[in-house]
Amino acid sequence: MKRSSTAKNGSKLKQDKKIVLALYRKMVLIREFEMKAKEIFHSGKMPGFIHIYVGEEAVAAGVCAQLHQDDYVASTHRGHGHALAKGVAPRDAMAELMGVVTGCSGGRGGTMHLYDPEVGFLGSNGVVPPGILIAAGAGLSAQLRGTSQVAVAFFGDGGSNNGAFHEGLNLAAAWDLPVVFVCENNFYATEMPFSETTKNTNVASRAKAYGIPGIQVDGNDVMAVYEKAGEAIQRAREGGGPTLIECVTYRWFGHHAGDPGVSYRTKEEVAEWKERDPIGKLRNDSIAARLATETDFQRIDEEIKDVIEESADFALASPLEADSTALDHVFYSPAE
Amino acid sequence: MPQKNINSTSSTASSTADQRVITYAQAGVEGVREEMLRNPDIFYIGQGIGPRGGNFQQSRGLWQEFGQARVRDTPIAERAQAGFGVGAALAGSHPIVDIVFMDFTLEAMGEIVQQASTIHYISNGRFKVPLMVRAAGGGIRSTGPHHSHTFWSFFAHIPGLKVVVPSTPYDVKGLIKTALRDENPIMFLEHKGLYGTKGHVPEEEYLIPFGEANVIRSGEDVTVVTLGKMVQRSLDAAEELQRNGISAEVIDLRTLVPLDKEAILKSITKTGRLVVVDEAYASCGISAEVAAIVAFEAIDQLDAPVVRICTLPTPHSFSPSTDSYLVPSVVRIVAEVSDLMKKKI
Repeated sequence: MKRSSTAKNGSKLKQDKKIVLALYRKMVLIREFEMKAKEIFHSGKMPGFIHIYVGEEAVAAGVCAQLHQDDYVASTHRGHGHALAKGVAPRDAMAELMGVVTGCSGGRGGTMHLYDPEVGFLGSNGVVPPGILIAAGAGLSAQLRGTSQVAVAFFGDGGSNNGAFHEGLNLAAAWDLPVVFVCENNFYATEMPFSETTKNTNVASRAKAYGIPGIQVDGNDVMAVYEKAGEAIQRAREGGGPTLIECVTYRWFGHHAGDPGVSYRTKEEVAEWKERDPIGKLRNDSIAARLATETDFQRIDEEIKDVIEESADFALASPLEADSTALDHVFYSPAE
Repeated sequence: MPQKNINSTSSTASSTADQRVITYAQAGVEGVREEMLRNPDIFYIGQGIGPRGGNFQQSRGLWQEFGQARVRDTPIAERAQAGFGVGAALAGSHPIVDIVFMDFTLEAMGEIVQQASTIHYISNGRFKVPLMVRAAGGGIRSTGPHHSHTFWSFFAHIPGLKVVVPSTPYDVKGLIKTALRDENPIMFLEHKGLYGTKGHVPEEEYLIPFGEANVIRSGEDVTVVTLGKMVQRSLDAAEELQRNGISAEVIDLRTLVPLDKEAILKSITKTGRLVVVDEAYASCGISAEVAAIVAFEAIDQLDAPVVRICTLPTPHSFSPSTDSYLVPSVVRIVAEVSDLMKKKI
């Protein structure tokens, strides 16, 4: 009896370690990708402007680790992390940020319009609330086609105050669609504190109004996000309808890469949240629990550094699309 | 494809056994039904389009035949309708989103213009958006300022949307079937005042290609380019003008995007005079676009200035007398065309 129990425990530990390292790898990939993108942006080589996801990695990593390749994700302007977590190749994403032909959208979309049908990535988005509706629509399609696919919408506290949130959650709930609505509450809608424009700042509590489960989770605790997202995704997959998950988290940098992010936030507040680094937390917790070793993590760090360097080199070396193609793809035609 | 006037509200009397006559609304239902039978990915959502069959009977019987999974009533939430349509289209379905009143497309404008129309282009062709948005415009019996608009020019302005404006039962069926085989976002914009009109519609399958205007009446002296409900008014005006010795050619655009420039230019080359009759406003409208095309590509063919006969630039009035004053009437078309015949460049 004892032996068999130990064996079971051992196998669980092994499984847990596998999950820990996979989540860690994804979070570090996102972190390093963003830091590299930020560096290239500030060097002046990157067109447009970007919204950095650093600080919120646990949300994308934890949720998407529970998804299958053919599940769907609709994302936001701050969408690099969601894209990478859903499986968009780092080099394809970095190239898209550079607007070059090798990008996942051929350079036509850019940072806010990363698309990848191969992994069900229905776009980062220049506008946040439509993603709520797009994910729900993908869920509707899955329901009609009789598949077990699930769709996830990521949006922020700002998006939760838009009418699309109400229309989307109400109708997805009414139709029991296989959708999980993930609110990344980072306390600021661009530069506007959520609390100044919102009476009830507990986003998860709004789920009750739609008759669906609402869960608030520490968005910097990837294991907690992973667990809660897993339950919601499973419920959606089995026909149990949507869930609203509020992940409380924080972005380390400004709204966009050109915004220092300090005029409307205190240095102390930013420093406090940096102390709660989701990557550091997973690392420390796992070492303390003897699930993984410092060496395991270092190995991943090295590996990711190489991936990011390679992605940046690839993106920076890729050519722009020929301007003669500018009129292509306005309409789909069956010859494609 | 018939090039004759196959729409007439009084054509019932001339129908024969092989000339089946049904309404504009029935023709739409028939086209949608045939395509839903053909393509299991098509589904239909909208307000009141389920058991009730639509405000204008435009979905009558579809819920009963296809069931409530594929034919779903929605709440009053046009953004959700359109946004769900975009998401479902990205995931491989082919939604019909019925907004019912064209006025309410405004509630869904971001989803239609910012999302649906752009995604094929900005994804570099990796995603397509096979989505038909259906809505009916135009005033009928004092429908007032919030239920009478004809907004097709908004949509024709946007790259990535195709815009269809059928004027006859025959065209509704042929064009709606084409729309449902086209894997782009389509604005299928009908007219509330036409749903009850009757005309010959073959029972057998046919498709009407986009971008082919219908020269619905041949003439020699003046070209009247028009669309939607104004087609019949232009035909009625042409009858009267004929009695006064003026031969008007009437062109029904049928699709604004793609626009059949060739048909317009060919007709202008023959007649030398252009009138555009549109129930929408003149400013920045399709009438301006047609005038600009002719100015740019065939100005040397014009014998007289271009005339635009459009709804006058005010909100739609409820008052029965002012409402019919604002929208182009047969009398106004006859008067303005007659005036034009006296003018020269």
